[in-house]
Amino acid sequence: MTPEPPMSQEPPMTPEPPVTVGSTATPLLEVDDLRTTFHTPRGAVRAVDGVSLRLSAGETIGVVGESGSGKSVLGRTIMGLISAGPATEVQGTVRIGGRDVHALAPGERRRLWGPEVAMVFQDPMTSLNPTKRIGTHLTETLRLHLGLRRGAAADRAIELLVQVGIPEPRRRVRQFPHELSGGMRQRVVIALALACSPKLLIADEPTTALDVTVQKQILDLLGTLAERLDMATILISHDLGVIAGRTDRVAVMYAGRIAETAATAAVFEHPLHPYTDALIGSIPRLSNEPHAELRVIDGNPPDMSAPPPGCRFAPRCVHAFERCREEAPPPHEPLAYDARHSVACHAPLLPAPNADSGNADSGNADSMNGGDD
Amino acid sequence: MAGSGTVHLRESEQPVLSVRDLVVEFPVGRRQKVHAVSGLNLDLLAGETLGILGESGCGKSSAGRAFMQMPPPTSGSVLLHGTELTRLRSRELRRARAKMQMIMQDPVSSLNPRRRVRDLVAEGLSIWGFEGEDEDRLIRETLHAVGLEPEVVWNRRPHELSGGQCQRVCIARALMLKPSVLICDEPVASLDVSVQAQILNLLERSKRSHLLSLVFIAHDVAVVKNISDRVMVLYLGKTCEVLPSAHLDTRAVHPYTRLLLASVPEATEGGSRQTQPATELPSPLDPPSGCRFRTRCPLATDRCAAEEPVLRELGPGHFVACHHVDAAHVPTA
Repeated sequence: MTPEPPMSQEPPMTPEPPVTVGSTATPLLEVDDLRTTFHTPRGAVRAVDGVSLRLSAGETIGVVGESGSGKSVLGRTIMGLISAGPATEVQGTVRIGGRDVHALAPGERRRLWGPEVAMVFQDPMTSLNPTKRIGTHLTETLRLHLGLRRGAAADRAIELLVQVGIPEPRRRVRQFPHELSGGMRQRVVIALALACSPKLLIADEPTTALDVTVQKQILDLLGTLAERLDMATILISHDLGVIAGRTDRVAVMYAGRIAETAATAAVFEHPLHPYTDALIGSIPRLSNEPHAELRVIDGNPPDMSAPPPGCRFAPRCVHAFERCREEAPPPHEPLAYDARHSVACHAPLLPAPNADSGNADSGNADSMNGGDD
Repeated sequence: MAGSGTVHLRESEQPVLSVRDLVVEFPVGRRQKVHAVSGLNLDLLAGETLGILGESGCGKSSAGRAFMQMPPPTSGSVLLHGTELTRLRSRELRRARAKMQMIMQDPVSSLNPRRRVRDLVAEGLSIWGFEGEDEDRLIRETLHAVGLEPEVVWNRRPHELSGGQCQRVCIARALMLKPSVLICDEPVASLDVSVQAQILNLLERSKRSHLLSLVFIAHDVAVVKNISDRVMVLYLGKTCEVLPSAHLDTRAVHPYTRLLLASVPEATEGGSRQTQPATELPSPLDPPSGCRFRTRCPLATDRCAAEEPVLRELGPGHFVACHHVDAAHVPTA
């Protein structure tokens, strides 16, 4: 579903209340001890269990985790698409531009979607309405959120399609979603998300359904647009490769919690959490010799309706000891030499003392290409 | 292959599986047809893993299924241990095909949800009438070999297992009939990274312990390189390049293989990030004339439209179908 359900009754022209963002010290996004719990017949499933995050304007963070780690639920809860309800419990706060997403009335929240925060989903076919033309998707959004008139909206729609690299935009606006390829549809979804110039874009597995050559195009496009529009991005993916080249910081999720968060280069060069380390080790790499034995993580991720006590990775962790099984490590333990590298582990894989610490630090520079890898 | 040719075949070496001029087409009404595979030639030697690499729509899955005769190819020949499968009647085919088993992408939906693990694994045996008191012991051994605890999973149904465990059951089931060829169609595409590594290691181990030859079909360049001895790159139903997988990342020269390699997201990323205009895969209903890759190829010239390139040998075991690259382009490592 696109973030704007057509059933809204409020006048489309309500001007946006001014929001203090960017220039002030407040980060664009503040997530504090967020917990999303689903009550199911099998018991409470704690999909997100105590996540805190900060994101400044223009910054890109990658959220990486395996299926069931809670990364998608986190994205949707930040967006406010998942909110408290009969079977859903949301605790903690999400502030976008200083406003608490989950304290807003539904109508208010809807006004946040578009100009403040927008989302791109995995499957571009189901994010578009199959009975509406490409142009209608865009003009509908532009007229509702920005109050553009019909002609102006149509012109802007073409501009947006050009911006996302769609050839022959004048022909495309007349087409239906099924007439476009998967990569082209995902470009339309991105155009739709950018229609109101959001300050924060949440991309949830935006390329998982696409071929590798198209994946590269889409990731390049997202990177370029984020830079050009000074947009903060949360890139959610299961693919470490996707995250590695294209984010400033990474948060590695496991079983609803953040296991490790740091500058991207630091995470890939010196993973401190045994899970991160094992995950990186289990990726087949192009530089491996054929038939190289891959490292594996034994066992399976925990059942989130009955997670293990203590550290959730302990049952699969080769370094686990008594304390890990009894006591959950504090969620964010910053390192002595790098305050922005934090790890939730009783026995992190610390690099040899005074070696390489300067190197890992330099990765914190917020430039996108700063990772120099 | 995006041309044709047979120079890469190794007739002298008694392949386990050999495929000649394989064509798979699907009618789609209005007298149109999808050209899924157009003239594929390959051979698979004993103990070898052949990786078939390509993006969606390149015909890799259609080819894998045509080897299995499900459905049989439009034309061409598939020889398994010298037996021509395409000419066999269904009963004979089933008997001959027991030596070639297939593992599918989605392990959960390829298992009957109502049956228990024991019966799922035993099915092949009971169809072939190998039943006996040894049956349970054999099933236990096989389950053990694929890393499942027989006592734990024995009576479970697929929904009680994780995706990785289901894939293990599929592998156990395929191994029960002691096949010599295993066709793996994207066996790890639907699995998490950590589970993917377990299954890849398991396939390597099973290959050694059961003396298998593998056809490994996948879209992931790194996965294919890790498991294969040789790699064959397909594009729109035609072969682009065949080369030893050890040289995949360093010596591949076909522009399409280079594009695939350049698209692999890896930590070592950087370089240009301009917005490229979207490129489209040409329709398989009406593939381009000549070289099928020419519409996306940076090297394309008039010759590519007029004349289909034929596979040529560039070096030992390295074959490429392109008018514009030759041995001089191969980097010497």
